[in-house]
Amino acid sequence: MTMEVLLLLILLPPLAAAALNGVFGRRFSQAQVSWLGCGAAGLSMVSALAAAWTFSHLTPEPSAFVHRYFTWIEAGSLRADFALYYDRLTLVMTVTVTVVAFLIHLYARGYMEHEGGYYRFFSYLNLFLFMMLTLVTAANYPLLFVGWEGVGLCSYLLIGFYFRKRSAADAGKKAFIVTRTGDAGFTVGLALLFWTFGSLDFGDVSASLQALPAGQMEGTLTAIAILLFMGAVGKSAQIPLFVWLPDAMEGPTPVSALIHAATMVTAGVYLVARSSLLFAHAPLALEIVGGIGCLTALFAATIALTQNDLKRLLAYSTISQLGYMFVGCGVGVFAAGIFHLMTHAFFKSLLFLTAGSVMHALSGELDMQKMGGLRHKMGTTYGTFLIATLAISGIPGFSGFFSKDEILLGAFEAPLGKPWIFWLATLTAGLTAFYMFRALFLTFHGSSRLAPQAAQQVHESGRKMTAPFMVLAVFSVIAGYVNLPGAPWFVRYLEPVFGPAEGLLSSAAPAHSTEGHAGLLVMGMSLLVVAVGILLAYWFYLKTPELPRHLAERFRLAYRVLINKYYVDEIYNWLIVRPIRWGSDKILWRGLDAGAIDGMMVEGTASGAVSVGNVLRRMQSGYVRSYAAWILLGAVLWLGYVLWLS
Amino acid sequence: MVPLSHYLALSAILFALGVAGFLIRRNVITIFMCIELMLNAVNLAFIAFARHLGRADGQILVFFVIVVAAAEAAVGLAIIIALYRNHESLSIDDLDSMKL
Repeated sequence: MTMEVLLLLILLPPLAAAALNGVFGRRFSQAQVSWLGCGAAGLSMVSALAAAWTFSHLTPEPSAFVHRYFTWIEAGSLRADFALYYDRLTLVMTVTVTVVAFLIHLYARGYMEHEGGYYRFFSYLNLFLFMMLTLVTAANYPLLFVGWEGVGLCSYLLIGFYFRKRSAADAGKKAFIVTRTGDAGFTVGLALLFWTFGSLDFGDVSASLQALPAGQMEGTLTAIAILLFMGAVGKSAQIPLFVWLPDAMEGPTPVSALIHAATMVTAGVYLVARSSLLFAHAPLALEIVGGIGCLTALFAATIALTQNDLKRLLAYSTISQLGYMFVGCGVGVFAAGIFHLMTHAFFKSLLFLTAGSVMHALSGELDMQKMGGLRHKMGTTYGTFLIATLAISGIPGFSGFFSKDEILLGAFEAPLGKPWIFWLATLTAGLTAFYMFRALFLTFHGSSRLAPQAAQQVHESGRKMTAPFMVLAVFSVIAGYVNLPGAPWFVRYLEPVFGPAEGLLSSAAPAHSTEGHAGLLVMGMSLLVVAVGILLAYWFYLKTPELPRHLAERFRLAYRVLINKYYVDEIYNWLIVRPIRWGSDKILWRGLDAGAIDGMMVEGTASGAVSVGNVLRRMQSGYVRSYAAWILLGAVLWLGYVLWLS
Repeated sequence: MVPLSHYLALSAILFALGVAGFLIRRNVITIFMCIELMLNAVNLAFIAFARHLGRADGQILVFFVIVVAAAEAAVGLAIIIALYRNHESLSIDDLDSMKL
C-alpha cells in the first residue's frame, strides 16, 4: 500500500461515515450507525498504523512524505493545494488521535445508547475526526486552517448537542465565539506569513527559514509567531481565552474526552510545534508562549483545587496540562511538549471516560460532594481512574511522570528555560497531584454521601464502556516508556523534526551549565511536591474531612475567589460582553438598522415619493380649463423656443 | 391689393379670440366653437400666404384642415351628447370626475 493511498484511507472513512450517518442515519438502526461510525474510526486507526509502518520502512527514510492530490486554491501567486504532509511528528499525532478516537467511539456506543439523536452524534463525531486528521496531515497552512475551523465547528455542534438545553446551546456559542477571537489573530498571522514568504506551504516556508541567518527579520517573524500563537491560545484554552472550556462540559462526556482533552485542544500545541523553526527565529515569541503556558498551568490548577463538579475540575486540569505543553514548546523542548501531548491524551481521556461512567451510574450527578465510597460498587471504573490519576500526578512508573519530567528538565536547563518557570511548573505539579487525589478520594473513597435512591441504582458500567477504559489504562502506563530519563528515545525520534529549531536556539543561547545532576534534581523536586500534594489530599479528605470546610471559613475571601474561578467570566461579561450588547442595541440596531436603513432609506424613499406625488397631483384637478391653460402655456413656450433657435 | 399683413393680423386676432374663449367660457359647446374659430383662423393664414406666394400649397393644406375639423366636430359633439346624458349639465366645470 502506498503512502498516498494510506493517507487517504486515514482521512476519508470518517468523512464518508459522517455523510452517510448524517443523511441516512435516521433510517438506520443503532447497530448500523455504530458499525458505520466505529468502523470508520477503526479503519482510520488501522490506516494510521499502516502508514506509520510504511513510512518507517521507506528507504531511505525521507524527512517528510508529501503528496499533492489536487489543486485547491490558485489565486495570483497564492497557491494552496490539497496536499498532505507526513513526517515523524505527523506519525505521532495521527496514531495518537486515531487510537484515542477509536476507543472513545466504542465507549460512546454504550454511553449514548439511551440518548436521543444517536445517529447525529456519531455523524458529528466522525466529522470531527476527519477535520482533526486533516489538521495534522495538512501540508500547508490554509489546509491546516480548514481542519482548524472544522474542529471548531464540530466542537460547537457537539457541545450544543443537547440543543434544547439553554446552557448547552450557550456553551456551544461561547466556545465558537471565543476561539474565533483567537482565529482572528491566526488569520492575520497567515496573511503576514504569506506576505513575508510568498507561500503558505510548509516545505517552502521551512526552506526559506532554514536559509535565513539567525536574527534576521526578527521583528516580522516575531509578529507572525505571536499572531499564530493567538490562534493557539483560543483553541487550546490558555489565558485569556480559556473561558470556553469549562462550559464545554455541557456536552456529552465522550465529547469532553475526545475533543476537549485529547485532540482539538491539542491543535494549538501542534501548530506551535509544526512552526517550531519559525518560533525559533523569534525567541521573544517563544518566551511569551512559555510564560503564558506556565501562568495558565498554575492559574487553572488553583481553580481546580476547589471545584466540586467533577467534569469541571477535569476541564481546568486540561487547561493546566495544556499550559505544560506550551511550557515545553516555550523553553525549546518541543519534543517534550509533544510527548506530554501524547501521554495526556491517554490519561485525560481515560479520566473523562471514567467520570462519565460515574455520571452514568448516578443518573447525571456530577457534584463530588454527593458522591463517596464508590470504589466498592464500581471496581473497574475506580481502578482505571486510579491509574489515570497516578499518571497525571506524575507518579514514577506511569506515563505522566516521564513526560512531565522532560518538560520540567527543559524548564531547568534548556536554553530558554527560566528559573521562575521551573519553580511555578513544579509547584503546579504539586497542586495537580493534590486536586486529582482530592477528586479520587471524594468520589471513590470515604463514606457514601449519595442520595438514597442514587445509592440503590449505583452499578458498574457495561462492557461497552469499560473495555475502552482498560485499553486506555494500559496506554496510560506504558506510553511513558518510550522516553526514559537515561534513554530519551522519543525525543531523539523527533530530532529530525525539531532539530533545526533546537539547534538555532542553542546556538543563540547556550544551555545552562548542567552537571549531570540536573536530571536528578528535577526529578527529586517533582517527586517531593507530588508526595506533599498527595499527603495533603489524604489529610484533608480522608483523615479529617471537616478540615476543608474550616479552612474555607477561615480564608473565606480566598476560597470565594477560587470557587468563583477568579470571577473571570464576570469580568469578561462587564468589560466585553455588556459593552458589545449595548453598542449593538443602541447604535447598530436602533441607530443604524432601524433609523438609517429602515427609517431613511426604506420609509424615507416611500414618504418622499408620497410628498412629491402630493404636490404633483394638484395638476390632476379634473378641472378641464386648467388643463387647457397648461396646454396653451406649453405651446407658447415651445413656439418661443423654436423661434429663438432659428 | 390688401397687404398680407392685414390678413395675418386678422388671423392672429381671430386665433387669440379663439384661445381666450376656449379658456374663459364655461359652456362646452361654446368651447367647441372657439376651437373651430382657432382652426379657421389658421385656415385664413394659410390662404393669405398661398395668395401672396402664388402657390397652391396653402390651399391644399386648408382642405386638410377643414376635413380634420369636420371629423373632429362630429366626434366631439357625440362625446358632448354622451356627457350631457350622464351629467345633465353643459358646464365644463362640472366635468371633474378625473381628478386625483
